[in-house]
Amino acid sequence: MKYRSAFDIIGPVMIGPSSSHTAGAARIGRVARTLFEKQPKKAIISLYGSFAKTYRGHGTDVAVVGGILDFDTDDERIPTSLTIAEEAGMEVTFIIEDTVMDHPNTVKICLFDESKELELVGISIGGGTIEITELNTFKLKLSGENPAILVVHNDVYGIISSVSTVLANHEINIGHMEVSRKEKGQMALMVIEVDQKIKSDVMKEIESLENVSQVIRMVE
Amino acid sequence: MFRNVTELVELAESKNVKIAEIMILQEMEFSSLSREQVIEKMDRNLTVMEQAVERGLKGVQSVTGLTGGDAVLLQNYIKTGKALGGNLLLDAVSKAVATNEVNAAMGVICATPTAGSAGVVPGTLFAVKEKLHPTRAEMIDFLFTSAAFGFVVANNASISGAAGGCQAEVGSASGMAAAAIVELAGGTPSQAAEAMAITLKNMLGLVCDPVAGLVEVPCVKRNAMGASNAITAADMALAGITSRIPCDEVIDAMYKIGLTMPVALRETAEGGLAATPTGRRLAKEIFGSYK
Repeated sequence: MKYRSAFDIIGPVMIGPSSSHTAGAARIGRVARTLFEKQPKKAIISLYGSFAKTYRGHGTDVAVVGGILDFDTDDERIPTSLTIAEEAGMEVTFIIEDTVMDHPNTVKICLFDESKELELVGISIGGGTIEITELNTFKLKLSGENPAILVVHNDVYGIISSVSTVLANHEINIGHMEVSRKEKGQMALMVIEVDQKIKSDVMKEIESLENVSQVIRMVE
Repeated sequence: MFRNVTELVELAESKNVKIAEIMILQEMEFSSLSREQVIEKMDRNLTVMEQAVERGLKGVQSVTGLTGGDAVLLQNYIKTGKALGGNLLLDAVSKAVATNEVNAAMGVICATPTAGSAGVVPGTLFAVKEKLHPTRAEMIDFLFTSAAFGFVVANNASISGAAGGCQAEVGSASGMAAAAIVELAGGTPSQAAEAMAITLKNMLGLVCDPVAGLVEVPCVKRNAMGASNAITAADMALAGITSRIPCDEVIDAMYKIGLTMPVALRETAEGGLAATPTGRRLAKEIFGSYK
């Protein structure tokens, strides 16, 4: 079931004109911002399919940038987000792609500053509901709706159980979990959706585990 | 959890409750929120809908100037007493238009199920309200019933114009509204499903061909027709008329039509009305050398 809540259907409250092209795009931008953990200096936004064809008329451009500026779907600053980004010193580039993707509403967002880079691919599946399908070239499936943590780790045996043990010790229930790796034995990514927000001390505990290199929190 | 309309109707009938109640219970289970919290959340969406209709009825204009002001024209026309269609029907149409004009003007709306189709459910609700005088709780139930039917379409077909054409947006919205009107008017869960089926059947094949890629032409007027379609189908179902094709099969047909629809007619602004000489001229005027 792609849609699970009544509020996926009646909602979101948003700035018009398009739930998939405006609200969905803003949500994908905001997930990228959340994962980047701060406002980037530079954003390269690649639009595919229907996003590429109609982005200006649907406000997809201002919505993605609004999301990267951490605006919610009903933030009345969305229509002027490009100016706000410029004033805030964030360089924005749009690339209109011809490539046909699996989903007609696809966007790739690359965020940078001096110390960090992030690449995320998201799709807007309709009515403002989104899925994140790729993070730093790792395939994944993340709705962005539930609190979640992303654990970058080495693909070795026992690592999944070490991470889940930490969560169990803190009485945190796992709602959904996925493990993705590019090559056997190499770097891998765990996506863990949980029922409540994860506190910083728990994050630190996971990060200190052997073979874990990074833990990122998705804030709701 | 219900997966299709058949299961939804069976659940409501076996528990002898409204469809709205089934959606509320499922939402409580999914979100771990209390009944009060779930109701409160929907109450806020209802308020946003009320404000959007109110704003649209005062008259708005989109940035491009392509849409706006039609809701006012219709309200003035109703007041002349010369309207051929029933007042309730035209009131619903004007309120659907009002909401979608606000959407086109980048105002705040509640996507129902999408922004491009956000006018139909509130438009019909606020018009029917004048006749049936529902309580606030019943109006909130109207939205939960709409949600239940939209939930089935979203999970078994699509509510996205880019994926399934306008039948997936305004078509879904109209079916959702028709079912909710039936329930508010005292119809049974199966009558609500019949209304959904009748409405959606009449919107099958509807393409998504926005002029200049904007959510304006023909979106605003399609919301108008969606609202009138919903009210007509609701009356038909309440009269005891059934759909020969069951609701779930209609939804499935809609999904399959969407899959076979050419890309030019799925929100790419490359076909249909967008590709007419006037459509192309408007696009050029609005975006200059861009398109």
